[in-house]
Amino acid sequence: MAVEKMSLAKALNESLRKALDTDPKVLVMGEDVGKLGGVFRITDGLQKDFGEERVIDTPLAESGIVGTAIGLALRGYRPVVEIQFDGFVFPAYDQIVTQLAKMHARALGKVKLPVVVRIPYGGGIGAVEHHSESPEALFAHVAGLKVVSPSNAADGYWMLQQAIQSDDPVIFFEPKRRYWDKGEVDTESIPDPLHAARVARAGTDITLAAYGPMVKVCLEAAAAAEEEGKSVEVLDLRSMSPIDFDAVQRSVERTGRLVVVHEAPVFYGSGAEIAARITERSFYHLEAPVLRVGGFHAPYPPARLEEEYLPGLDRVLDAVDRSLAY
Amino acid sequence: MTVENTAARKPRRSSKRVSAAKKPTGSEPQLVQLLTPEGERVEHPDYDRHVADLGPDELRGLYRDMVLTRRFDAEATALQRQGELGLWASLLGQEAAQIGSGRALRDDDYVFPTYREHGVAWCRGVDPTNLLGMFRGVNHGGWDPNSNNFHLYTIVIGSQTLHATGYAMGVAKDGADSAVIAYFGDGASSQGDVAESFTFSAVYNAPVVFFCQNNQWAISEPTERQTRVPLYQRAQGFGFPGVRVDGNDVLACLAVTRSALERARRGEGPTLVEAFTYRMGAHTTSDDPTRYRHDDERAAWEAKDPILRLRKYLAAQGHADEAFFTELDAESDALAKRVREAVRAMPDPDDMAMFDNVYADGHALVDEERAQFAAYQASFADAPQEGK
Repeated sequence: MAVEKMSLAKALNESLRKALDTDPKVLVMGEDVGKLGGVFRITDGLQKDFGEERVIDTPLAESGIVGTAIGLALRGYRPVVEIQFDGFVFPAYDQIVTQLAKMHARALGKVKLPVVVRIPYGGGIGAVEHHSESPEALFAHVAGLKVVSPSNAADGYWMLQQAIQSDDPVIFFEPKRRYWDKGEVDTESIPDPLHAARVARAGTDITLAAYGPMVKVCLEAAAAAEEEGKSVEVLDLRSMSPIDFDAVQRSVERTGRLVVVHEAPVFYGSGAEIAARITERSFYHLEAPVLRVGGFHAPYPPARLEEEYLPGLDRVLDAVDRSLAY
Repeated sequence: MTVENTAARKPRRSSKRVSAAKKPTGSEPQLVQLLTPEGERVEHPDYDRHVADLGPDELRGLYRDMVLTRRFDAEATALQRQGELGLWASLLGQEAAQIGSGRALRDDDYVFPTYREHGVAWCRGVDPTNLLGMFRGVNHGGWDPNSNNFHLYTIVIGSQTLHATGYAMGVAKDGADSAVIAYFGDGASSQGDVAESFTFSAVYNAPVVFFCQNNQWAISEPTERQTRVPLYQRAQGFGFPGVRVDGNDVLACLAVTRSALERARRGEGPTLVEAFTYRMGAHTTSDDPTRYRHDDERAAWEAKDPILRLRKYLAAQGHADEAFFTELDAESDALAKRVREAVRAMPDPDDMAMFDNVYADGHALVDEERAQFAAYQASFADAPQEGK
């Protein structure tokens, strides 16, 4: 057994280390990923051990980072690029959407784009503007991209390696406010597939579906609800494209109720997609409409307001009560 | 700022500044030229040696490439007018820039084109009929990029310069001595991606040649709307050489590109080549150049025609006789016929093809939608036919 307790940040670092060690074609690229080890230290020590040719400090140009990663992938490399913060991905959005996502299809399958774009995302760390956003729906909407987000250290360790091994481009959203949360990582056991949802807590009265930073909030809500005699199931979706609808359906058809929770704005968000699909699939099993809890249709607020903007325990429990009241 | 202030500023923006921009400071830079518009060979101290190996066979070969490319292009334009193609981006006038640079490449070099590089594709051995699929609407690029080291056409302006740079970084990492060439236009030079590719290629010393065909127009916007300095001078600020070549002179384009490629192979990093040329036709068959430029401009450039000047040179040197030109005419006719027939015979893609190759590893949603659409299509097979 190789079970070790480590933070999500450390798990991601170990994961990158293993990928670099296993496959000489894997490269790590981004702003400040070398000597500094990344602003969150996810790449700490990697350049020292693997050299500047494998762990590459780049110019401060996001489109350039993704665009050159595409070229390196065409040459047979497997670049893992770091975008420093969620709100900084937009200069690279054109390269991601018009090139990275579509080139495999454009080439009728003759070229592969095994590029991973790592993005620390979400709020809750008291940051300034552009450092707290949750743009996952913008990427999940684009055919050709896969979008995932780990919620804990074990998933951080394994999902990142699975993303690197994928021949498809993967947008890898890292919940930055969970970087310092510790969990047990078994570095030897065979993990779930990258796009499979996981029952994080079993329950019978209602299902909470979440991913990334919101899984912890939902687990806390489930624990609080239990004290009130309610049995809440928490589903960690892990992947936003594709979404494991079968797992959501199985859970909902047992509990009859579903609340989807995410930090991103509710409007046009992943909760809307899940609500629509589950309504189609499980209409006669639902005891209540699918409810959503998430951010507002407003720019991410200044840090002093983010606790009001982000779904917390109370807003999730309120949605649970509303659902159970039907 | 008040509304009045905004209004007061407007006239200055639209008249004075533009007219000032029409005349960049300093005199027009010298073009590298080996063959004058009159077809006379002129010496150049730096570049003569790069074409010293060319004998009559090679010169006739360059001429043949340009003539066949122009004929192919003309046929594609005609096919668009006949409704066989949805759109065509003509290269008329840019044959020398494309054939000269294209013939400078080695087989193991890699090309990242924009969407007008039909002559370069010809040099790479891509069958010209394959270039027409995307313009007919049956695919987004009908060739395997790795079989000819010729990447698919890129429509979003300038994006491919970054792919070329990344690919070149990979070439350097592999320790290979091949080079990469990225094509783009004067309009694309305004894009951030092109500037970023200059930055990345310079700081990583990537073996890439940036080949800008300055054809003077980005749809209706003149080069003056893209830059206040000659484009080749941009390279200096990024720390690598830039050179302006007569883009209608196939020998000069060949020599300058060979020189830049050799520099890349030696590990000395990128070069920007600005091929100063002219797009004689429309940007694509969708626009109307008479709305934005004068006939006399085109007439001035016709006098510098790349094909005509090499023909004059070949004839004056006794390198080509009438039989050569007659045979080439026949070959052109045959190519045009083959292209015409191939386009008309191009089948529409299968309905289900839109679900193919979206992902390399598969995706549950694509699988689900494919199955749903297949079932929907199949439902018509069982439906009673109308009138029966």
